[in-house]
Amino acid sequence: MTEMRMRDAIREAMREEMLRDARVFLMGEDIGAYGGSYACTRGLLDEFGPERVRDTPISESGIVGAGVGAALAGFIPMVEIMTINFSLVALDQIVNNASKLHYMSGGQVNVPLVLRMASGGGSQLGATHSHSLEGMFAHFPGLTVVCPAFPGDAKGLLKRSFREPNPVVFIEHTALYGARGEVPDDPDHLVEFGQAATVRSGKDVTLVGYSGSVHQCYRAADMLAEEHGLTADVIDLRTIRPLDMSSVIRSVRRTNRAVVVEDDWKFGGFAGEIAAQIMERAFDWLDAPVARVAGKDVPMPYNRNLEYAALPSEEDVVEAVLSML
Amino acid sequence: MAIEVVMPQMGADMTEGTLVRWLKNPGDSVARGDVIAEIETDKATVELEAFDAGVLRQVVAAEGDVVPVGEVIALLGDADEEMPEVERRAPSEKPNPRAVAAPTADGTGGDLDARRVRVSPVARRIADDAGIDLAEVTGSGPDGRILRRDVEEAIAVRDHHAPAGVPTVEPELPPPPPPPARVEPLSRMRSAIARNMTDAKQQQPHYYLTVDVDMTEAMAFRRHVNLVLHGPQRVSVNDLLVRACAVALAGHPKFNASLTDEGIQYHEQVDINIGVALDEGLIAPALLDVAARPLPEIAEESKALVERARAGKLRAEEYSSGTFTITNLGAYGIDVLVGIINAGQAAILGAGSVTERPAVVDGEIAVRQLMTLALSADHRVTDGAEGARFLKEIQTVLENPTRLSV
Repeated sequence: MTEMRMRDAIREAMREEMLRDARVFLMGEDIGAYGGSYACTRGLLDEFGPERVRDTPISESGIVGAGVGAALAGFIPMVEIMTINFSLVALDQIVNNASKLHYMSGGQVNVPLVLRMASGGGSQLGATHSHSLEGMFAHFPGLTVVCPAFPGDAKGLLKRSFREPNPVVFIEHTALYGARGEVPDDPDHLVEFGQAATVRSGKDVTLVGYSGSVHQCYRAADMLAEEHGLTADVIDLRTIRPLDMSSVIRSVRRTNRAVVVEDDWKFGGFAGEIAAQIMERAFDWLDAPVARVAGKDVPMPYNRNLEYAALPSEEDVVEAVLSML
Repeated sequence: MAIEVVMPQMGADMTEGTLVRWLKNPGDSVARGDVIAEIETDKATVELEAFDAGVLRQVVAAEGDVVPVGEVIALLGDADEEMPEVERRAPSEKPNPRAVAAPTADGTGGDLDARRVRVSPVARRIADDAGIDLAEVTGSGPDGRILRRDVEEAIAVRDHHAPAGVPTVEPELPPPPPPPARVEPLSRMRSAIARNMTDAKQQQPHYYLTVDVDMTEAMAFRRHVNLVLHGPQRVSVNDLLVRACAVALAGHPKFNASLTDEGIQYHEQVDINIGVALDEGLIAPALLDVAARPLPEIAEESKALVERARAGKLRAEEYSSGTFTITNLGAYGIDVLVGIINAGQAAILGAGSVTERPAVVDGEIAVRQLMTLALSADHRVTDGAEGARFLKEIQTVLENPTRLSV
């Protein structure tokens, strides 16, 4: 095990996969000479050369399209989209081409494309640059959506993504790039998709999160224990498609209560999917309606205080739990 | 503009109060200083005065409601102004911070919702499995929802009282459980006493000193002054004790102090608490600023204070302050009373009764009027020798009663 930051774990995963498989190459805006907007590809141009670490024009639709083509042609491309906000420009390539070609070709072709993108608000980047759209990608069959919360999982999941025969949207929360954690040194350390992790055990309530919201759940669990004598199961989904509902259901049947936490807007958000599945599969075990703690229903404000108020906080989680008792 | 009347904080440790009675009705005019309600705290019933003038427009808390400090209990305003909507508090033993939802006009149920028994799914399933009638179960959850814990409690209660089953083949039955002991929940005053005494005994290491005081002179002095004093100014033995302590404390400020995180805090003013036994417990209100008060004034104040304590009408500063405490069971014929310090203070003086006992005076055995005093002091603040000097000083003052009048 080595302690490293999230961005370094992500870089290590790409580096190891490039060393392992010559078909792996990287494309994206400023990923080469500049080392990536979040410094995830720093040093890789020097190590692997411009053939395998390619700086591209600012043209997300073009880059993703090129990635889809390269994948069809037998490569394993990783396309870095600087932030999830710009993926909207490439949505047709992602949704209509990447996610559907395997199905529409009757299984004749695969699209082993890895799309990395930074997501989440909290950095005062304004309404157009603070989205959390991973739930939207999870909506589409044919896409795998990976949302790690810890560096070790990020490395294992990203390496696993390079071995997936069809497209993977790999979400990196901007607030977590500097987060430190233990990362296994084993170059064959993979984290399988669709396996949630119980990062904390308790008996009074199940807190469900992914990516950044896992940390809110974790801090809320601390507050519940210290200030209210309540213990919480905290479940880190790790991938939201495929979705490991069995872990969630097992937990809820034990605790009888659940709060789902995410940065995305509550209305039509992914937390609603989890809440609905809990209701479908654990109705007779519920002692309170499933609560959702999510972003406020507004475009993200630029003002620091308003942005803080618009994002879900650990205090919101604690309040949601207390309102169930 | 609408003015919010909130549950006041009376005493540092008060977190909630009971609204006993409204003395004004909605629509009544209220002048600044008018008593508008009676509030009961852990320690006393107090009158709530209006801080502003206006018309009492809405009463938010009902009589009997327990309301957290700072929460709105009423609204004052002009007679005809538009008032904001404040949800009336749900009548309850304990306040529920989530107001009960009013019947709605939004098509989600309205009156129907209000009548429906709310049951969580898991509670319903467990109740069905166990054969519990949900109509018999009281819900403890939000909006009175019956939760898992309520059903489990109902099952436990039922199983506890269930009739004996079919006789078994076992020759010896286990002995029946003893009948359950009667459990009476602690009153607010009982809880406050329990908290205060536990704090003091657990956190303040006590040492104890006792001394016999020859009260013969003091009793004669008391008879003499009472010949000229009238009514409430007539002096009791306890008043002599208060005065003696006030005199002695002036020269021993460490016994009029509190230990804080920063160090020993010497109190400028001498506020002496006197223990008053009540039917429902005990309270020790303070005689405020007694250092320089003459005996008749102490006597008069003390009587009024005890009366207010018995009537539950103490003022906030009377039950929330105090720097030294006297506890006296002399009236009960007790010889020695060793007290527990009033939490936070440095010492307490316990007094027994004044009785005729043999004593040695000038080498002869004589019948004298003796009283045993016991000083319990916080060893973190003072040491035994200091306590001895302080107690000796009290003894000296009482045995030379002219010192009580100067």
